[in-house]
Amino acid sequence: MSGLLHGLLYGLPIITVVLTVTALGLWFERKFAARIQSRKGPTMVGPAGILQPLADVVKMLQKEQLTPASADRVLFELAPILCGAFAVATAAVVPFSPTVVAADLDIGVLYVLAVNALVLIPVWMGGWSSNNKFALIGAMRAVAQSVSYSVPMVLSALVPVILAGSMSLSDIVRYQAEHHWFALWPTIPGLPAFVLFFLSSLAEANRIPFDIPEAESELIAGITTEYTGMKFGLFYMAEYIHTVIASAVASVLFLGGWDGPFYPGLHWMVLKTLLLFASIYWVRWSLLRFRSDQLMTLCWKWLVPASLLLVMAAALFVKVGGGH
Amino acid sequence: MSDAWLALFVFLALSLIVPLSMVGVAWLVQVRARKDSPLKLQTYECGEDQAGPTWIQFHPRYYVLALFFVLFDVEAAFMLPWGASVRELGVVEMTVFVLILLVGWGYAVKKGALRWQ
Repeated sequence: MSGLLHGLLYGLPIITVVLTVTALGLWFERKFAARIQSRKGPTMVGPAGILQPLADVVKMLQKEQLTPASADRVLFELAPILCGAFAVATAAVVPFSPTVVAADLDIGVLYVLAVNALVLIPVWMGGWSSNNKFALIGAMRAVAQSVSYSVPMVLSALVPVILAGSMSLSDIVRYQAEHHWFALWPTIPGLPAFVLFFLSSLAEANRIPFDIPEAESELIAGITTEYTGMKFGLFYMAEYIHTVIASAVASVLFLGGWDGPFYPGLHWMVLKTLLLFASIYWVRWSLLRFRSDQLMTLCWKWLVPASLLLVMAAALFVKVGGGH
Repeated sequence: MSDAWLALFVFLALSLIVPLSMVGVAWLVQVRARKDSPLKLQTYECGEDQAGPTWIQFHPRYYVLALFFVLFDVEAAFMLPWGASVRELGVVEMTVFVLILLVGWGYAVKKGALRWQ
């Protein structure tokens, strides 16, 4: 019974905050990208255009919802809803502070990785059921890429699991608070594993330099080509939520989560998440996109063996007594 | 323990309600066109009529990738529980396991399974 109440009391605010941060992140990205390109970005709605995402939502709500005549109707309608649901669901186990966590599962890491991988299914559903060639090619690329990059992602997430000896995200943060942040010490499996994890979660979220699935110059809009209004919005939103939560998970696993001096844990967690989030956009607007085959080569020839070696290094470190 | 799982299911329900309500509200408040047009329901192919079927067999290189994925994902599934309790378990056994896997990986790379042309 108390579990139900806990889920409601923590779940509602966490979902609300994640959605708000996502909306602000949208505004932030547009502003940031504009400054990088010597533009001004949104300026009209609200102070410095900060209400622009709200205006976008209103616009998307008004749009007529169309389903192409030749599409597979059930899958087509279901895909954006599932995509949004899976993206939000990842936030359930993330510890935002020692107490603020919706469901403190003792297999949190496994849950995050599993739900992350689930997002693929609605992406493929949407791309296939649209009955549109651009959508199909986009979905094919998205699936191939996410499937490939989920391997180094899982393996590099294994490094903090080994070092902390637990699969619960809260335990991993607590261990780091008592000892060291894993990105700092042990530096050898820690820091490269952090970089690997971050890169692979960028690839999972289809962000530049890994955004070939929706390369707008060749694929119109990838899987979202046939979607209108709020259904397009849900795919778009899911991608941003994915990015926010990937930053949160990376800071939990490698940067000590809510651990930090002077301020309460929640502040540190938000600060670390936002810093990682901003760095994603910095990368996104500075680099070009890779070709599909370059991505696959990078993943399977370099990242997978590298992450296997890091896992073994972490296990050795723990075995020779470095792990307390 | 069971409390956490209950909370998780509540969270999952909430995260399903959010997109459902967004699509629902959008369906209610959307501005509908006064006249239906079959053109609007056409598949988008840059304004041309749709040429040929979309649901075709795809390039086999994706199949090879899927095989690779299954191989390494199952392996990762074995490694996760081992990683959580590595303090009690052996590293040597896992090293042998990983080495066997790397041999297979090397063979596949040498055979050109990852060459895209």
